[in-house]
Amino acid sequence: MILEYILFAILGLVAVVTSVAMITRPSPVMSAIFLVLNFFALAGLYLLLNAQFIAVVQVIVYAGAIMVLFLFVLMLLNTDSEHAILKEKRKLKFIGIFIAVLVFIQIGYIVFYSAPSDSVTKEIAESINAGKIETIGTELYTTYVLPFLASGFLLLGATIGAIVLAMKKFE
Amino acid sequence: MTANTEIFQLLPHLVIGVGIVLSVVIEISTKKSESILPWFTILIFVFAGAHSIINVYDYQILFGGMYAIGGVTAIFNFIFTIGAAIMVLNAVDYIKKSKMNFGEFYILVQSSVLGMMLMAGARDLFMIFIGLELMSICFYVLAGINRSRMGNTEAALKYFLLGAFATGFIVFGIALIYGTAKSTSIDQIVFAYEYFITDVLFLTGLALFVIGFLFKIAAFPFHMWVPDVYQGAATPVTGLMSTTGKAAAFSVLIIILSAVFTQNITNNFEILFAVIATLSMLYGSIVAIAQDNLKRMLAYSSIAHAGYMTIGLAAGNIESVSGIIFYLTAYAFMNLGAFGVIALIEGSNEENLDINSYSGLNSKSPILAGFMALFMFALAGIPPMAGFFGKYYVFVASIKADLTWLAIVGVFSSAISVYFYLRVVVYMYFKDSTSSIIIKNSFTGLLAVIISGLLVLVFGILPDTLFSIITSVLSY
Repeated sequence: MILEYILFAILGLVAVVTSVAMITRPSPVMSAIFLVLNFFALAGLYLLLNAQFIAVVQVIVYAGAIMVLFLFVLMLLNTDSEHAILKEKRKLKFIGIFIAVLVFIQIGYIVFYSAPSDSVTKEIAESINAGKIETIGTELYTTYVLPFLASGFLLLGATIGAIVLAMKKFE
Repeated sequence: MTANTEIFQLLPHLVIGVGIVLSVVIEISTKKSESILPWFTILIFVFAGAHSIINVYDYQILFGGMYAIGGVTAIFNFIFTIGAAIMVLNAVDYIKKSKMNFGEFYILVQSSVLGMMLMAGARDLFMIFIGLELMSICFYVLAGINRSRMGNTEAALKYFLLGAFATGFIVFGIALIYGTAKSTSIDQIVFAYEYFITDVLFLTGLALFVIGFLFKIAAFPFHMWVPDVYQGAATPVTGLMSTTGKAAAFSVLIIILSAVFTQNITNNFEILFAVIATLSMLYGSIVAIAQDNLKRMLAYSSIAHAGYMTIGLAAGNIESVSGIIFYLTAYAFMNLGAFGVIALIEGSNEENLDINSYSGLNSKSPILAGFMALFMFALAGIPPMAGFFGKYYVFVASIKADLTWLAIVGVFSSAISVYFYLRVVVYMYFKDSTSSIIIKNSFTGLLAVIISGLLVLVFGILPDTLFSIITSVLSY
């Protein structure tokens, strides 16, 4: 139990520090890298909550795929102009602050006022292995086998479509 | 029955699925894939279509309520596969002459048909969504497959952006439906429909879902993309999008609202559908009058036809469902035929799309002129063509549902539409040829036109062959 709290404190601290670093770095590339670190810390928090699958997906999909794509785009684009935009349009800053406050109030409300569901405690979640990859895999290959197969064809069709549209030469 | 053997009940889907993978292998392994793949594609489509229509009375729910075969699904599968087979036949020479002759075209057509079949058979919102995306993504690519032409790229981009927008509506709708019904199973939603519909959130979700699909069927306020996309995309592709794509979207609307059609529950969307039907019919018919470009004219006419079919949704009884399905079948073949003729006449760079290109066609190619006249008469809804009975069944259903005014608007709008359909016929038969258009001989293209013409005639002269199957299938 003690170990869990220590881990939570460390991961939470890393998450907070990296997210503050992310929004304060002048270089967007640095911001993106801090966001990746933030995702790793979040994945650790998910692991503590017995949600292994989400933790793995967080690392592979968000930190791995999406953020790498982000970094490529940021490096390809000329990102120096960001400061000029913020200086010209001061109103943007206030809108940003407004949205941030709104989200903060929402989260505060959820944490302090709305009653968490009694029916799903951590013990129950552990006992039915809800977050385990094994459980999700079983569902995927029994109840949802047909959508699973169909998504395979969806991905194949999308891949072929992307290749067709990106082909350079026409005969 | 275990899932192991259940999968073999889906033989048409399996054949097409295996066909897609095999086509990829053929495409990779031989240089002659362009001449093998069209025939391979037609073969699997005809097999799947024949299998579906033979097993039409074999209604089964598979995979624990996830999927249904037989019944209405089988009829929809027939429309998709045979329609796509005609389109492929039409496209063989077309894609050669427009220099986009690569095998991926056929693979994408197969994938889109598989997506439509999954939509029509789906009994779960998951399946509907995956089928819809499979169909839509293949359509986006097919619309823009000829990148050497500007209009093509424009069509693909517009279709993609607005299609993605519509998908957004559908996903929000699904989220709200799942949130209130606590299930994605359509059987459960239909079972407790009367209870759920009193919930505002469920009603909102269902409305968003329906609006998303109204985008896909190109009904009036959601039609903005239709003219440009139908004009810009390659002609056979337009034929496929406007017929089978529309049928797939209607199949979903029929399934999700099936509680209304079968259990005599008040149709909450009656006014919505009635207004949309009226606006689509009138807008499509009136704007089509001003079009000189035939593809654009057919695009506006397809908005009007979506309106006629929406009358059936407004009527919301079992007769209207059979009317819509009959209409969709008739519309699929007459529209594919009309686009087939256009594809043969338009030349290698789509230059002969103007109505003047059709003047004096009868003296140049009496067969093509005759079939074009047949399709125009059918689209206008003149008996004994299939289009007439499609409209007839839908109008009768709306009168039964006390929506006589809607049927009158429909008849009025059909009368307007006769003008622009018959204008083409007048140009073909009573005007002297002004342009020197050389019509390239294309055996496969002509065959596609002849087959769709025969189907239009058969369903028009003997409408009962199909209609009795539809009604008996719907009765259980």
